[in-house]
Amino acid sequence: MSAETRSGSVAGSAPPPTDDDGTAIRAVKLRHPIRNIFAVIILLFAAAFVYDAALRPAYNWPAVAKYIFDRRISEAAVITLELTVYSMLIGVALGVVLAVMRLSPNPVFKSLSWFYLWVFRGTPVYVQLTFWGLLSVIYPTIDIGLPFLNPFITLPTGDVLNVFQLAVIGLALNEAAYIAEIVRAGILSVDHGQEEAATALGMSWFQTMSRVIIPQSMRVIIPPVGNEVISMLKTTSLVTAVPFSFELFTRSRDISAETFTPIPLFLVASIWYLAFTSILMIGQYFLEKRFARGIGVAQPEKKVTVATGAVPVVGDEGDDDQKSGGVHSGGTP
Amino acid sequence: MTDTLMVEADRVSKSFGSNKVLKSISLTVKRGEVMCLVGPSGSGKSTFLRCINHLESVDAGRLRVDGELVGYREKGHILHELKPREAALQRRDIGMVFQRFNLFPHMTALENIIEAPLRVKRMPKAKAIERGMDLLAQVGLADKADSYPAHLSGGQQQRVAIARALAMDPKLMLFDEPTSALDPELVGEVLDVMKQLAKEGMTMIVVTHEMGFAREVADSLVFMDGGVVVESGDPREVLANPKHERTKSFLSKVL
Ligand SMILES: Nc1ncnc2c1ncn2[C@@H]1O[C@H](COP(=O)(O)OP(=O)(O)OP(=O)(O)O)[C@@H](O)[C@H]1O
Ligand SMILES: [Mg+2]
Repeated sequence: MSAETRSGSVAGSAPPPTDDDGTAIRAVKLRHPIRNIFAVIILLFAAAFVYDAALRPAYNWPAVAKYIFDRRISEAAVITLELTVYSMLIGVALGVVLAVMRLSPNPVFKSLSWFYLWVFRGTPVYVQLTFWGLLSVIYPTIDIGLPFLNPFITLPTGDVLNVFQLAVIGLALNEAAYIAEIVRAGILSVDHGQEEAATALGMSWFQTMSRVIIPQSMRVIIPPVGNEVISMLKTTSLVTAVPFSFELFTRSRDISAETFTPIPLFLVASIWYLAFTSILMIGQYFLEKRFARGIGVAQPEKKVTVATGAVPVVGDEGDDDQKSGGVHSGGTP
Repeated sequence: MTDTLMVEADRVSKSFGSNKVLKSISLTVKRGEVMCLVGPSGSGKSTFLRCINHLESVDAGRLRVDGELVGYREKGHILHELKPREAALQRRDIGMVFQRFNLFPHMTALENIIEAPLRVKRMPKAKAIERGMDLLAQVGLADKADSYPAHLSGGQQQRVAIARALAMDPKLMLFDEPTSALDPELVGEVLDVMKQLAKEGMTMIVVTHEMGFAREVADSLVFMDGGVVVESGDPREVLANPKHERTKSFLSKVL
């Protein structure tokens, strides 16, 4: 950081900083000629590829332009987004509960969580989605009541849950198992002393978790969860197994089956997926910044470091800023 | 008689598996007394401190703080372990300061201090902040209220940690090697805060290797080795002429 400011001020239009001795610092930034040559070569290849793609008839760009904002496609894109958001929300909530259960001292919770993970991570999500689709065949009615007694309420499964909801349930329950492991790793990454300090202050286990441990584990949790969201966006294309066929990929495929233009329609779908992924990545960037508080990455208190970093400019004052704590040491009278 | 005693350990024992860490420790700390606990590494000093606020449970013997049995309820000669909520209630009156500070890194100095009063005591926020600022001033860090721990020196962090413990208005403070992780030039500022606290009448148990502090501030000194109290008494006397061979050899290494 300090090296950057220094060379920056030299390279910029500001006059070179001068010390009291009168010796100016003249720095030349390290150059990277090979790096630049590579960049140029890659750019050339990319340009050739784009130029070629633009003219290649198989891509059928006019068709891409025609279908990109086609009503059916944009509706399917929204449904894909809804599937992603709902199943992620449920998946994360359930995943956190499972992770906390797995780490709790209660052996019943521990085993339950372990069993859940064993089942849902051990079977393919496509199979799980198929199973949810067959739910009303296996369990024609949903009975509410106590085990081995006559149910209070009996409802036909097909009336209670539609295919969209079944798709969300299928995706969410599978996702929860993966989120649980991510959250568990995050919780375990927090220094044990943190829990100890919170407990010693009289905080309850729940307060310790929610106020001290989970916020700190966020830094470790967010990147892989961001990964999971993006992965979920694309996994939604598997809900045809339910069968639910109104999301982006299946919709594009169905249209292309009628029009016999599969390539432009898959391009259209890809463009939508890419657009959503880009938005999600931006969201992740801001979340990561938010939870980096106090960890020494992006800090509001930059003044101090800048002052010490720019020693050659002023010379006298900025220096002992940081040591002022030492002067205070005898603070108590 | 017991109402002048803050801590009363009666044949306290603790094992981790087959490892007997505390073997029948008996000692008392009076109200307002400062006791220094010294001994070689692995002698069970930290474990004993952690038993006092029930971060660790004792296997045998009785441990009382302010007349109240720690972590257990006695019903006709049988001890019943307390529920976590009841144990937490006992802990809020006992402050603890750790060797590695253990400040919450995602909170500013002030937020660290007001967290427990807000959540545990449900103190109104304005009042908690006012008290927090007073405490920061008391440890000489009024200007660091909004700094994150990562931006404070070790000595400053430990002073914030002391303020955090004091914010719960404890009747007893436990210090586990509070200066061992500090650069030598930062030790003084932390000891100064502790001296001030002792002067104000706080009851303190301090695990430390700072014999100067023990000599100057402590009312009693306990030397532990291998899970037993080897020697105890007036710190100046024990340090000047230790009676026990093990005390002598230990002191010759740290002094
Ligand atoms: N949670 C634990 N599980 C198992 N053994 C433990 C645990 N905590 C401490 N011990 C063991 O208990 C013994 C005493 O440890 P303790 O930390 O109380 O010593 P200490 O006197 O504080 O030493 P030090 O000066 O190194 O801090 C050691 O042998 C240690 O390995
Ligand atoms: Mg220790």
